[in-house]
Amino acid sequence: MTAAIATEGLTKSYGSVKALDNVSLNIEPGELFGLIGPDGAGKSTLHRILATLLKPDAGKAAVLGLDVVRYYSQLRDRIGYMPERFSLYHDMTVMENLRFFASLFGVNIADSYPLIAPVFRQLSKFPDRMAGKLSGGMKQKLALSCALIHRPEILLLDEPTTGVDAVSRSEFWDMLGSLREKGITIVVSTSYMDEATRCGRIAVIDKGRVLAAGTPDALTRHMSGKLYNAVASDMFGLLTRLRKMPEITDCYTFGSTLHLITTGRFDPAGAIGYLKAEGIADARIYPATPGIEDIFIQLTRDD
Amino acid sequence: MIKDKSPYAITVCGLTKRFGSFTAVDHISFDVAQGEIFGFLGANGAGKTTAMRMLCGLSRPTSGSGMVAGYDIRTEPEAIKRHIGYMSQRFSLYEGLTAGENIKLFATVYGMTDSAIGRATDEICRRLDMADMLSTLVKEIPIGWKQKLAFAVSTIHRPGIVFLDEPTGGVDPVMRRRFWEEIYRVSSEGMTVFVTTHYLDEAEYCDRVSIMVDGRIAALDSPDALKIRYGAATMDEVFRTVARDATRNE
Repeated sequence: MTAAIATEGLTKSYGSVKALDNVSLNIEPGELFGLIGPDGAGKSTLHRILATLLKPDAGKAAVLGLDVVRYYSQLRDRIGYMPERFSLYHDMTVMENLRFFASLFGVNIADSYPLIAPVFRQLSKFPDRMAGKLSGGMKQKLALSCALIHRPEILLLDEPTTGVDAVSRSEFWDMLGSLREKGITIVVSTSYMDEATRCGRIAVIDKGRVLAAGTPDALTRHMSGKLYNAVASDMFGLLTRLRKMPEITDCYTFGSTLHLITTGRFDPAGAIGYLKAEGIADARIYPATPGIEDIFIQLTRDD
Repeated sequence: MIKDKSPYAITVCGLTKRFGSFTAVDHISFDVAQGEIFGFLGANGAGKTTAMRMLCGLSRPTSGSGMVAGYDIRTEPEAIKRHIGYMSQRFSLYEGLTAGENIKLFATVYGMTDSAIGRATDEICRRLDMADMLSTLVKEIPIGWKQKLAFAVSTIHRPGIVFLDEPTGGVDPVMRRRFWEEIYRVSSEGMTVFVTTHYLDEAEYCDRVSIMVDGRIAALDSPDALKIRYGAATMDEVFRTVARDATRNE
């Protein structure tokens, strides 16, 4: 089976900044693949190369078996791309935007409607509203509808959930799940590490490099060092005390607890004793399950 | 700079903002204590930005009243602007100026003297360990440093309260946590921190959290008390429960 997307040694620089540094990835047909990394990691550059909008300096990228530089014009009919910034026409209505994109690709809306219906349904209540007057969440749904209008085989979504609240983000991921079931290969980038669990496989990216790739479960299983939670009423005091312990290689806040990465010599009971002597009497330390954020912190710690 | 002798950095009563027939902010009332880290959460479109603009003296309330940093938001908006700090993730520093020029520009806007600016610059360099970056253009500074610099600049005039609008959006997990340690540091020095975020783990780091739904404050308490009230293990669950009832079509 040909990979839906294959890149090899992909490299791209802007002046002295290396946006992508030797990126090799394989994405299978029908995958929901996540590019997980902070701002500046290179996610948008990778998306633009895959969308045939930018040429790499070195390396190769093939989408649906076709080289993105050579076969860009064929590929554009088969790829749907949603850039990070809202790029529809603000001074055109909801329906005008949809019709415009349909005519660019030479398709009619009725043929594509079954595919976009789950995304477009809420928007269909106000077809005559200017796109610029839509709320953030509605703009996002319209942009996704337009990216899907030509029924692409590959959907490239660049940070679709940035700045979107937790409830709307969750709904958006539900929609992606149902698009995936229709057989579309989806590549989606995000800086929200918790969204990694919504993807089949992910690549963790930082400073232009792929630090790790695999299923979220496999990545967290390979975390080195045992992970513990620690809590006390004085969390900031707890943090500064624990950072002084040599058996703790890293200690950082994690929601309502602290996460401790420990060496084999770490003994929770001993740590509780030390904290008592330091004036923190109510500390509790118990095992924790690592998440993608823990993996990211570990992978970038030595930079 | 802290003119405010009241125990509250913010007191707001019945604050309302209407745009035509649309009530963006609907009679919100709350207090924020001096030195508190106050998390201001809400779904998109709930009215957070509008409320924050009124608190910062950028928008006049339709009705209701409030005091921020000791000044009246209806009659003294200019005094508020001078006595608060403000940082947003979207715009905070001029990319085409150097780090040093940004520090000087903001300090000058806040009316600081040359000698005070010199001292503040030295202090920022020492605390952020970035003396060698002073003459570097901001667009060439790594994002984590840029964000810490933006925070330092937004508090250069030692305001009693700083408003942070999604300060950590898109920032990597390590830098995000370092940023919160900076928040703890200024808070321990007595500065009030008013912060919005979409990262719900960060809500856990606040002393108290309010959640806006459809223009109103639907919940306000410490993270622990909110988790107990909604029978939730995390603030993420609390947020989902509270925001689920939103009827406003974004």
